[in-house]
Amino acid sequence: MTAVQDHATTGHTISANGASPAEKAKDRRVLAILIGLAMLGLLAITAYLTYGVQGSWSYALSLRSRQVGSLIVVGIAIGASSLVFQTIAGSRILTPGVMGFDAVYVLIQTMIVGLFGASTLQLLGVMERFALNTFALMIFGLLLFRFLFRSNSRNLFVVVLVGIVLGSLFASLSTLTSRLLSPDDFLTLQTVLFASFTTVDPVLLGVTGAATAFGLLALWPQLRKLDVVDLGHDGCVALGVDYHRTVRTTLVIVTLLVAASTALVGPMIFLGLIVANLARQALPTHRHTSLVVASALIGLLFTVGGQFLVTHVFDLQTPISVVINLVGGLYFIVLLLRTDRL
Amino acid sequence: MIFLHAVSHAYGATTVLDGVDLSIPRGKLTALVGPNGAGKSTLLSAMARLLKPDTGQVMVGDLDVLSAKPAQLAKKLGVLKQLNQLSARLTVIDLVRFGRFPHCQGRLQAEDHRIVEQAMDYVDLQEFRDRFLDQLSGGQRQRALIAMVLAQDTEYILLDEPLNNLDMRHGVAMMQLLRQAADDLGRTIVVVLHDINFASAWADYLVGMRDGSVVAQGTPEQIVQREPLREIFGLDMQVVDVAGRKIGMYWHPELVGAEELSPVAVYG
Repeated sequence: MTAVQDHATTGHTISANGASPAEKAKDRRVLAILIGLAMLGLLAITAYLTYGVQGSWSYALSLRSRQVGSLIVVGIAIGASSLVFQTIAGSRILTPGVMGFDAVYVLIQTMIVGLFGASTLQLLGVMERFALNTFALMIFGLLLFRFLFRSNSRNLFVVVLVGIVLGSLFASLSTLTSRLLSPDDFLTLQTVLFASFTTVDPVLLGVTGAATAFGLLALWPQLRKLDVVDLGHDGCVALGVDYHRTVRTTLVIVTLLVAASTALVGPMIFLGLIVANLARQALPTHRHTSLVVASALIGLLFTVGGQFLVTHVFDLQTPISVVINLVGGLYFIVLLLRTDRL
Repeated sequence: MIFLHAVSHAYGATTVLDGVDLSIPRGKLTALVGPNGAGKSTLLSAMARLLKPDTGQVMVGDLDVLSAKPAQLAKKLGVLKQLNQLSARLTVIDLVRFGRFPHCQGRLQAEDHRIVEQAMDYVDLQEFRDRFLDQLSGGQRQRALIAMVLAQDTEYILLDEPLNNLDMRHGVAMMQLLRQAADDLGRTIVVVLHDINFASAWADYLVGMRDGSVVAQGTPEQIVQREPLREIFGLDMQVVDVAGRKIGMYWHPELVGAEELSPVAVYG
């Protein structure tokens, strides 16, 4: 047997770019799904902006475009960050939300108010506050990575458990600290933490939007390496990908995206979990360039579409985060029960 | 040539590599043999920079493994350990294309596709190219992994127990494949093998390890002899000559005598 065989003799119709008919069909399906998601996203945005406008259009549009802007930032940031986090954690059950990243963000805010008073928080501009919080969150993320993911025999059940325990620990710490605050400080904290979609600070939207855009740009060159990260540490080393560096870089970008989304709407624990897993189920591919785009678009659909439903169907009675956490919590349990390998 | 000098490594208090000096000949099929816990896989990992040894130097060709850039080394040396966590979403062709990553960073050109198809032909997996990995038998999956390493097109190929989970027929087919890769393509191949007779029949060069040290090395004729085998495996076995190859009769109850092993060593 010689090393070189003409493919023509093997009886397969492989085109010059190496794709078989089955692969081409698969690629077309991936593209079709991505285009479909993008169209649905545009539709949702248009509907959100224009549905049932009464009175002044210019007022309605300027208000609603700020709202929809923050919904888009949140959806995309959570969708993209959750998907790549699953990859570096090596598990489809682990997302930043599940691992308590949002809870840490809230804790950091609460501690600042608790330790230095609300006036300090207000003294800092929106931008400085965001930078400070993001920086603290990055340190947490890197520490978590160091302790949980660097050991060679990482047990994912332990990681999930630790993440959930840490998440509730930080949530409880935040609650405890906020109980100790003076009523004035507490009110300030509330407005900072849970900037609702109905009243969006344009500066905050600008800062978080820019952070998200920067995060996505920085993420793009990592995506092909993340394909290799799916093969695990040894697979990465064998193929010349610096595993630890790739994981660390990705983690820093993830914290930036999580910080952006949490600064806008507060914790959305299970949104990322639903969105990233839907993207993986919908797309018949392992390529992160497609998966991340799909996850971001599905995230956008969930936030914009969800808020649309909350506003126009549930008459603002139920906050969107409650709906998403209810659905997401159920989905999380189903995933836990169905997965034999986390 | 792969060259190791004074390579030592310990996991906690357990020394797994104890000052190994070794040269592995170029363009040959070399087998690392030895009992469980002899340090074969650890040594292979050290050659492939999957593990950074506590002390010592490893050279692959003119590259120092410990200081070379990962991407540069990946063009020169391919390694296959047991990849247990392979994503079920990968198809055979997806996996084999990963072999081109060091050369094209995931953006495959016509030349990359040509080499991928060659590797697919070489392991005879074209009819399974669009199958998902979890739809393959153990032997097919092993072949797909070999194809990935072949597509990486490296001068040096290191394989950790490639015969694991393979039945006799597939085991033989795998050794044929490796033999051809060494003979036809001039690759330097190092494999960890459990079965001394597979090693004797197929390899050019044997390296026998025990307790973290190289205790014997040479051609199969030199190593598959009563004394060296006792030294390596702690088994006293008769060696017979079959069609010009030395075969150790370790499975024959009348022809083998074991050094006394403690129950812990046997069952642990």
